[in-house]
Amino acid sequence: MIQIIGLEKRFKKLVALNGIQAEFSKGQVISLIGPNGSGKTTLIKCILGLVHPDHGLIKLNGQSIFKDETYRTKIGYMPQIGRYPDQMKVGQLFQLLKSIRNASRFDEELVEQYQLKQIWEKPMNSLSGGTRQKVSAALAFLFDPEILILDEPTAGLDPLASELLKEKMQREKLKDKLILITSHILSDLDELTTHVLYLQEGQIQFNGNLEDLKIQTGEEKFGKAIARFMETKKASPYVETI
Amino acid sequence: MWKLSKYIFYDIVRNKVIIAYTLFLFIVSLLLFNLEENSAKAILSLLNIQLVTIPLISMIFATIHYYNSYEFIEMLLSQPLSRSRVLWSEFLSTAASLILALIIGMGIPILLYSSNADSFALLLTGIGLTTVCTSIAFFASVHSRDKARGIGIVLLLWFYFALIYDGFVLMILFNFGDYPLEKITLLLTALNPIDLARVSIMLKMDVSALMGYTGALYKEFFGSFSGILYTGGIMIMWIIIPIYFAVRGFNRKDM
Repeated sequence: MIQIIGLEKRFKKLVALNGIQAEFSKGQVISLIGPNGSGKTTLIKCILGLVHPDHGLIKLNGQSIFKDETYRTKIGYMPQIGRYPDQMKVGQLFQLLKSIRNASRFDEELVEQYQLKQIWEKPMNSLSGGTRQKVSAALAFLFDPEILILDEPTAGLDPLASELLKEKMQREKLKDKLILITSHILSDLDELTTHVLYLQEGQIQFNGNLEDLKIQTGEEKFGKAIARFMETKKASPYVETI
Repeated sequence: MWKLSKYIFYDIVRNKVIIAYTLFLFIVSLLLFNLEENSAKAILSLLNIQLVTIPLISMIFATIHYYNSYEFIEMLLSQPLSRSRVLWSEFLSTAASLILALIIGMGIPILLYSSNADSFALLLTGIGLTTVCTSIAFFASVHSRDKARGIGIVLLLWFYFALIYDGFVLMILFNFGDYPLEKITLLLTALNPIDLARVSIMLKMDVSALMGYTGALYKEFFGSFSGILYTGGIMIMWIIIPIYFAVRGFNRKDM
């Protein structure tokens, strides 16, 4: 579904992505993992068209995404930090996005589960960080997109909300969707993940399915497998950029 | 584009800074009209206040608004919207809300106390100046990633246009007084939107004593009417050029 070919990106002297080659297809849940500053966010932003790569191509269903922006109708994105205009009401934000997307079918499961209708008339600046995360999550799933990109989805959510989100992801996974997640909370990803993409200093260190990683490292748990993998790669602490 | 602008506009007009700005303009205008016996004098005082506050408030507010909306802009860009459309919507709604503040804050007192052509020219110039400054602020903010740097640049620009520039022009006139400087001075005024606003009002009101050197030159060179057309034209250039380069920079930018 998504094809990434020889992707390279530099921010001045820092090499953020260095020859990324990958292919993601339907029904996969891909965990993007790597130390801070390894290029995870840059990769996501390239797919979303927020960052222009220096070299390489990204194709969605065989078509380059650099030509126009309509491909983004297929993507639902939940950012790491959701900040919205202070005086905009929750309901207005949903209305605005619905009018942008021009869609007729909505998936309002999370809106109901998070009981967002109760705060429909509240301005955004009165919401807590966690509630804003709930809004972001509900927006990402709202248009029933084929591709879901979630950047640190459970950070900042309370245990109940985060459990609801994971259940939602599980259901979407069964609907044969492509889900890309970055998270540092590996236990969150254990039951969901089918594939792992491990990035370090802008290069792919591991790209394959979870079972292979577990076999390769000889560990049963995802978290431990990754930790073992990081040890072998001697992950150096890196400064987080952009 | 209009839909998006509308929602952003609704958000900005409820911003406390915009409300305070409206009240400030309203109170100052009411005071001036009540204190000055002659409404023409009141308008000149208003002009002087306008030339300082409008650029300062518009540029700083637009810059801060841009940086505060950064995450929201990012979210909008992850939707099927083109970059130009997002930035234009932000620009239009920011300019529109600042203009609305000006129309309510200054326009109502003008309607009440002196609804003549001169006052409306003042209001119109104010609207032009607001749009120019918003455009410049967007140019500066798009091209600097850091908030503190963006605000710093905008403050420097304001300082330059409002204060330093005049000194600079005077210095040239003083040092090169022996040469024919008329055309150069016309050009120099066109390079500063605040001067341009001042000159166009002076031309309209025909107060030659207050026009100063550049104003008198304009009058001599163009006559009142074509002088206003010329200043208006240059003002429009001052709106279009910065926002054009802002959109161009925004299209190429990494978020």
